Amino acid sequence: MTEKEYDKIPGTIVFDADKSREGYHLNQFCISLRLQKNRDAFNKNEEAYLDAYPMSKEQREAVLKREWNLLLELGGNIYYTSKLAANDGINFQNLAGQMTGMGVDSYREMMLKGGRSIEGNRDKSDWGED
Amino acid sequence: MAKIMAGVGCSHVPAIGVAMDTGITHEEYWKPVFEGFKKSREWMKKQNPDVIFLVYNDHCTAFDARCIPTFALGCGAEFQPADEGWGPRPVPAVKNHQKMASHIAQSLVLNEFDITIMNEMEVDHGLTVPLSVMFGDIKQNDEWPALVIPLCVNVVQYPAPTGNRCYNLGKAIRRAIESYEEDLNVIIFGTGGMSHQLQYKRAGLINSDWDKRFLDLMTEDPVGASQITHLEYLRETGSEGIEMVMWLIMRGALNENVTEVHRHYHVPASNTAVGHIILENNA
Repeated sequence: MTEKEYDKIPGTIVFDADKSREGYHLNQFCISLRLQKNRDAFNKNEEAYLDAYPMSKEQREAVLKREWNLLLELGGNIYYTSKLAANDGINFQNLAGQMTGMGVDSYREMMLKGGRSIEGNRDKSDWGED
Repeated sequence: MAKIMAGVGCSHVPAIGVAMDTGITHEEYWKPVFEGFKKSREWMKKQNPDVIFLVYNDHCTAFDARCIPTFALGCGAEFQPADEGWGPRPVPAVKNHQKMASHIAQSLVLNEFDITIMNEMEVDHGLTVPLSVMFGDIKQNDEWPALVIPLCVNVVQYPAPTGNRCYNLGKAIRRAIESYEEDLNVIIFGTGGMSHQLQYKRAGLINSDWDKRFLDLMTEDPVGASQITHLEYLRETGSEGIEMVMWLIMRGALNENVTEVHRHYHVPASNTAVGHIILENNA
């Protein structure tokens, strides 16, 4: 695939048209959890509920295992996956604690101290990535 | 004739709404966030606008992945606060100035901004949080002190409209509003931002220096701000910082020379840098 200009930003997935196409059914599943009746049905039987959404096997597994970063890699968008997290009682900040691998407390502490600095976080080479 | 008196830039962090709705704004964590809006609320009372033209983004609430309009103008009579997964916010329904909204819709399309017209739409925190921070607590069975015309912008799926496009849309919105014959005071809001990244391994990014420079540009060099590239927003302000293009719609609807009457900046509110500015059109 042609490289995109934003591919060099580390630790970031840009939800573009390609991701949106790939993640369509996954995201529509996630957003269905905005409504209580759907959350009830999902929580009663996750596998059966997921049958209504023709997502890939990999996406389905990532949902069942709550692999938050993998969900984004497979076309999920944070405003959608956050509805699945909210269903599990995980708010945005705690979800970020998990996605960054920092854990909830250190993440919260970092935010209180002014957040993650831009220095050393501009280019994949800063992270020792290609 | 209707007239745009001023513009307001303002973040719309959902947690700010939750803090107001649960009555914890006096807590240490939230105090500095709300302190910066005290002056704004007094200013709003003095301005007493008839209509607020409110530029915001929907967070997959009214528009999920099935339909993603770049610009959608609310033309219905009223808009109910949506259930975003934790129950609707306990705030009043938002009432439109429907006749003016229809006039704007028509004027924009004839000026080659082909917007989507929404006659039914629920509104999420992106729209109600800025109203709450600027007006203060308004009870659910009360009414918002002004009518609201919502303009919803896609900033969720890349690419959001360019800063330049937004700035020019602001100019077209001004022409539309100021060709409406009723004498009305209008304030335009540009909401969202400032730097924040909610997702993946770089989540938590905040770039205060960049944000403050953006606030400076809002006052002094809006044309310069309109030329900021998407790559710069994504890299320097985090994947969700690109919401700031919506401030340019507000800025485009003002005079080139404005008076900055108030500014507020604070980190953090949840994962986000809170930014706020009030700009008055010079007479």
